[in-house]
Amino acid sequence: MGSVLASDGVYLPETVRTAVKLLVVGHFAVGKTTFVGTLSEIRPLRTEETMTQAGALTDDLAGVPDKTTTTVAMDFGRLTLNDHLVLYLFGAPGQRRFTQLWRDMTYGALGALVLADTRRLEHSFDVMGLLEEHGVPYAVAVNHFDGAPVYAEEELREALDLLPETPLVTCDARDRRSSTEALISLVQYLYSRNRQEHA
Amino acid sequence: MTSAGRRRGLVRPYVITDGRAHPTRNTLDLVTLVIAARGETGGLSPEKRRVMELCRGGALSLAEVAGHLRIPVSVTKVLLSDLVDSGHIVTRSPIPSAELPEPAILQEVLDGLRARL
Repeated sequence: MGSVLASDGVYLPETVRTAVKLLVVGHFAVGKTTFVGTLSEIRPLRTEETMTQAGALTDDLAGVPDKTTTTVAMDFGRLTLNDHLVLYLFGAPGQRRFTQLWRDMTYGALGALVLADTRRLEHSFDVMGLLEEHGVPYAVAVNHFDGAPVYAEEELREALDLLPETPLVTCDARDRRSSTEALISLVQYLYSRNRQEHA
Repeated sequence: MTSAGRRRGLVRPYVITDGRAHPTRNTLDLVTLVIAARGETGGLSPEKRRVMELCRGGALSLAEVAGHLRIPVSVTKVLLSDLVDSGHIVTRSPIPSAELPEPAILQEVLDGLRARL
């Protein structure tokens, strides 16, 4: 394992004083890691956590550790936005059983971008429900996959059961501009919500 | 346990943290920025020395420390809490979740993202 100390760009500029985070969430293989990798200024990092499944009856399964624990990975990247502000993007799976991970991730998060795939729209319900439970405002970005069906916005909104104010955009997680625009839609929404609540 | 074994994560997390599952403070978040406050690492465990070695180079978030050293976030929190208590590490506070972010922060995030287009 090489030392990380020598590589340039590992550390934050000395002037950075504030760190904020946005979440990039969605079901398996929806493009979270790609999205984070496209936008991050550092090579995306991954943390792995061994989780005990919530509600698992540990006693009954004693001696069968594989049944009670599971490893969950969280990918994240970094964007230094100006000389004193850095934004972290955390991509994580939307499974309900990873309670502690969700608590850690949502703590202090400004908001979340839910990535959706038109071939599996119903798989996004779980993660949207979790965000609502944790009080995290979100926007939805349909990550366009080649050959995936294209729907009109109205149809998508109805299929995803979105509130009228929830932003819905299309993006290509491989494309930097398109992914940046998706994040901008999210932050614009957070900004207008925030102004209303502060007013 | 050999040092190679440690690197491969064969040491159980509770060994690294002296048997504790929880940090001494709960103010550390994934994006809490940490930096080494002093150079000497005498008396520290090998894992804490690795954290110090990494943090000596400049500021990083707690999540980055976990990612670079390939230590679970929960364990990293315990190690960093101890190092804050012993004065080896200083932190910069995250935004508490109970408070709404200041509109000014969101405006800055928006401006920063727009500038990347």
